[in-house]
Amino acid sequence: MVTVAEKMRAKQALTGAEAVAHAMRQIEPHVVAAYPITPQTPIVEYFAQFVADGLVKTEMIPVESEHSAMSAVVGAAASGARAMTATSANGLALMHEVVYITASMRLPVVMPVVNRALSGPINIHCDHSDSMAERDSGWIQLYAENNQEAYELTILAVRLAESEEVRLPVMVCLDGFILSHGVEPLEIYPDDQVKNFVGEVKPYYPLLDTSHPVTYGPIDLYDYYFEHKRQQIEGMKGAKRLFPAIAQEFEKAFGKRYDFVERYRTDDADCVIVALGSTNSTIKYAVDWMREEGQKVGLLKLWTFRPFPKEEIRKALDGKKAVVVLDRAASFGAEAPLYEAVKSSLYNAAHRPAMGSYIYGLGGRDIRPEDIRKAADDALKGELNADEQMYLGLRE
Amino acid sequence: MAAKGWKEIPIGGTITEAGNAKEVKTGSWRVMRPIHDKNKCTSCMLCWLYCPDQAILQTQGHMDGINYDYCKGCGLCSSVCPAKAIEMKAETEFLE
Repeated sequence: MVTVAEKMRAKQALTGAEAVAHAMRQIEPHVVAAYPITPQTPIVEYFAQFVADGLVKTEMIPVESEHSAMSAVVGAAASGARAMTATSANGLALMHEVVYITASMRLPVVMPVVNRALSGPINIHCDHSDSMAERDSGWIQLYAENNQEAYELTILAVRLAESEEVRLPVMVCLDGFILSHGVEPLEIYPDDQVKNFVGEVKPYYPLLDTSHPVTYGPIDLYDYYFEHKRQQIEGMKGAKRLFPAIAQEFEKAFGKRYDFVERYRTDDADCVIVALGSTNSTIKYAVDWMREEGQKVGLLKLWTFRPFPKEEIRKALDGKKAVVVLDRAASFGAEAPLYEAVKSSLYNAAHRPAMGSYIYGLGGRDIRPEDIRKAADDALKGELNADEQMYLGLRE
Repeated sequence: MAAKGWKEIPIGGTITEAGNAKEVKTGSWRVMRPIHDKNKCTSCMLCWLYCPDQAILQTQGHMDGINYDYCKGCGLCSSVCPAKAIEMKAETEFLE
């Protein structure tokens, strides 16, 4: 039995970046190749310190660009190594070509993505335009609400990525500055427990197995490309199938329960707010505030965006009076990415709720509980228009 | 080779057997066909040295002809041949 005093001792005040770097230290990948970019930089900085201090045996490759970082990681993963990198915004955009290649070569790379607005105009603060630009790249995408989750999801992601039924890379998304540079108390689990949980990488056709030479990345034209894409779709289905079992093992090891979604006060809610990332903490605050005033509001937080938990969302939202989706990214000329996906999940709902789409927080614009209340109030007053784009915190 | 379904092939487009390029005949791309004249050939092997597709057949340094399963008809062998023993002819001449 762990005493409260022991639990308190285990808590440390860490930034999200440092928490993720500790996850990487405990995972101890064979190879880390990275290039610094704000606000991802401190992850690599802390990790490089762990390498320099001899705390890990990782081969650290300081490369000349993100395109090279992802390329080096692809080479390392194909050779049979456990390989990681981390990036943000324009760095992720520069990786873009190789991001697709990693997924299509079925290399189980884990990459923390510190969400930052994609230029231009140039901006270093948080929104989800960078990871949303990669939503169809074939990577699994997990979103963290706080530093504890960023740390834990990085560890969980290794198992998910490397599972035989999955073999797909994972982006662990954490909000730039809000989490990466914000200090929170969190629990770092004992090194041996994390090492036990992630286990050894089981490579699939490793290039370093020289007695069984293989070719990675050959040209693949109209005769087989389509079949390989179908396999990738199956890998993502595997991630959907396997996630609950891995989450259960994680819970057994560390006591924290993960799922596709977190339902916060949704059971009797008339209006449910849906969101990704750190804003969920602010929404919980706003939900509690509105609940104190007797308004039946709840939150549906998504931990997984790819694979998209369509059934779980339908189950949680079918029959609700209203659903408000908050997006920290725009899709120009179309509906915002999270809204579009949630709306589509409800196509076969028995009782479709009224829906509203709210874009907020672009380029790091602050999102306040009052803003969230504004969206929930619109919903409760029956003033939602499913086809109209609304905004929170924008000056007209 | 009969085309396989997505459940029957290794994931990621990985080729898991070494040297299986042999199973794929690539000579069908050819537009011009090199014709080897045994009488003029001195087996100097310059064609063998230059051929980018290793499509020159040889035994113990003796030029035996051209492997049309892989020859793509680039004509390098013909242009480097000092004995003018390789003539390029249009594939249309050989249509049945």
